[in-house]
Amino acid sequence: MKKKVICLLSAALLTVASLCGCGGSGGQGSASGGDVFKIGGIGPTTGGAAIYGSDVRDAIQIAVDEVNAAGGINGFKIEYRFEDDEHNAEKAVNAYNTLKDWGMQMLIGTVTSAPCIAVSELTHTDNMFQLTPSGTAVQCVQYDNAFRVCFSDPDQGAASADYIAGNADLGSKPVAIIYDSSTEYSTGIHDSFVAKAGDLGVNIVSDTSFTTDSNTDFSVQLQTSKDAGAELLFLPIYYQEASLILQQANAMGYAPVFFGVDGMDGILGVENFDTSLAEGVYLLTPFSATAEDELTKNFVSKFEEKTGHVPNQFGADAYDAVYAIKAVCEKQDIKPSMSISEICDAMKTGMTSISLDKVLTSPTTISWTAQGEPNKDPRAVIIENGVYVLAK
Amino acid sequence: MKFTKQTKHDLITCGIVAAFYILVTILSATGHLSNHFRGLLVPLCYYAIAAVSLNLVVGILGDLSLGHAGFMCIGAFSSSLFSVAVKNSGLPSPLRFLIALVIGTLMAALFGFLIGIPVLRLNGDYLAIVTLAFGEIIKNFLSAVYLGYDEAGIHASFKSFQLQGEGKMLINGAMGIQGTPMDSSFTVAVLLLLITLAVVMNIVNSRTGRAIMAIRDNRIAAESVGINVTSYKMLAFTVSAAIAGCAGVLFSHNTTTLTASSTYFGYNVSIMILVYVVLGGIGSIRGSVIAAAVLYVLPEMLRGLSTYRMLIYSIVLIVMMLINWAPGAIAFRERYGIMAFLRRRNENRGKEGQRS
Repeated sequence: MKKKVICLLSAALLTVASLCGCGGSGGQGSASGGDVFKIGGIGPTTGGAAIYGSDVRDAIQIAVDEVNAAGGINGFKIEYRFEDDEHNAEKAVNAYNTLKDWGMQMLIGTVTSAPCIAVSELTHTDNMFQLTPSGTAVQCVQYDNAFRVCFSDPDQGAASADYIAGNADLGSKPVAIIYDSSTEYSTGIHDSFVAKAGDLGVNIVSDTSFTTDSNTDFSVQLQTSKDAGAELLFLPIYYQEASLILQQANAMGYAPVFFGVDGMDGILGVENFDTSLAEGVYLLTPFSATAEDELTKNFVSKFEEKTGHVPNQFGADAYDAVYAIKAVCEKQDIKPSMSISEICDAMKTGMTSISLDKVLTSPTTISWTAQGEPNKDPRAVIIENGVYVLAK
Repeated sequence: MKFTKQTKHDLITCGIVAAFYILVTILSATGHLSNHFRGLLVPLCYYAIAAVSLNLVVGILGDLSLGHAGFMCIGAFSSSLFSVAVKNSGLPSPLRFLIALVIGTLMAALFGFLIGIPVLRLNGDYLAIVTLAFGEIIKNFLSAVYLGYDEAGIHASFKSFQLQGEGKMLINGAMGIQGTPMDSSFTVAVLLLLITLAVVMNIVNSRTGRAIMAIRDNRIAAESVGINVTSYKMLAFTVSAAIAGCAGVLFSHNTTTLTASSTYFGYNVSIMILVYVVLGGIGSIRGSVIAAAVLYVLPEMLRGLSTYRMLIYSIVLIVMMLINWAPGAIAFRERYGIMAFLRRRNENRGKEGQRS
């Protein structure tokens, strides 16, 4: 019997050892001292939020290829690897650890908010530079090593309220809101919009919500808005739900002015969606795939060639992130041989002193505050004849 | 000292966990462990704990519960709430975690008890449906509630509100609880796993356990010999909920952001834990631990295959199911497996011994 015990224990140990072996084969420590910059990315490429993560993954790849083709950063090439987090904070931490084993020196990510907050705790401990393309929650950049390219949720809500109050046509209309109370993104924008609108005297007559579990039928919320006499419907939600709201509002003969934020970007690409319903929809987005400037055209055509669809603003943010890192590295003369912590310290000081003028996600320039927030102008567009047109 | 066969079996299970811990600690100290694997250790433990706790209901009690993620959610939120509230009060972190652990476990036990009162009078499918609904209610409730304190006192609401002056949001609606101190460590997690194993195994091997299993095997027969079915069911269910709550405490103290979204506490997670239990062998505590460990680590180890890992993971599930439960596979194992080999060798030895 004793032998049996020993046999069993050793068998268990063997299994465990082989498992650890798998883990260890990822390589030890960081590969700093090499002659390439190792930039990692994290985002969901599977699961419900996969479209955002895949766009970011591909957009970073395009930017990295461009930078490498043009000679790299300070003469050093970029090596790039993207890991999936399934829009799950637990998996995002695993992805981060995987990238650290690979030797990552700077992180572009994560794409979604909750995982981003979890990962920022770790990058803060490791003093690793983190630039999130699209983590909009306030806490994503609570530490000094983390910056973001997109607007924060409160900024978007406040900017929307500002725009509506300042617009001659829209300012006087009674406003209804439909938002997703189960996502940080939507509630964040909603809360700041309501607060700011109150200050500016925008008349909110109806405020209803739904959750991720009930995001297919909006008739109740629409009816409430209609009964309250709202002429402007503010939708701080993603485009999949917005497309349903537009269809259902049309079916019940309710035609207010729709006003969305950056999550609305992508609505024209929804399958089986009658894009004529989106005519006249306002959206406050930093990026427009149909903009006429050279940079946007180049990015959109490369992206379409690579993936077969038009990029959304997540991809554009990620593309800008790569060029922001390049600009700072060049300004601070950062080399791959420096340690992760040295790179991070140099990046931290560098980020606040640059101003990028050729970017996708701002009509003018982007610069960063020491709090990690971008300074850029929101762009209000209106959908006319199936394309975005800058609103007046 | 003479052990019964069952005690030996249980000690081996604890021994496997302890051996794993020692091995990992040595590898970690000598720098042979990747960051990635080190990050998996605590999740591996709390899913193993959750699987063992569910096995108590599914395997030992014989009822199907699909709400275990809900109990984890209660444990996670109540303990995090405490930890965040007293974070800056100067309480030493081991003591703070201990209190959080007790709070999380007791809260989950309380809810297990309350839910158990109406639910455990149901059987089979009905129980499964009610527990499923319970898990969803907990998740949706916690993702809608706002709780904070300021100079005017404590506020709770289903609508977001502004705090007056100095204050702090504790539960921020869909944003959940932010800033839980990261108090979980592998050592603590393994200790809790060992305690869980000890508790569950002791229940199973006691008079109580025999009564519970009698209910599982034949409810009417058990009732006829005077076993109080409802009270024993309640006991097993409450203990199971408490242990799941304990797994939730480890979960919430392993990361700083806690949201009650379906990714972490939805019915998919309950079913995932059920998969660990079923593939590990219903009623087998050791199987639950090993299956949870292997099945949690596997998709992470397949990261190199990018999106194909999902496909491979599902194939592995099917293969494991077949190997574990297909009659052909069981017969094959009995004839040619390691245990059969050992048994034969022992028998042969015995014969040789007789001859000489």
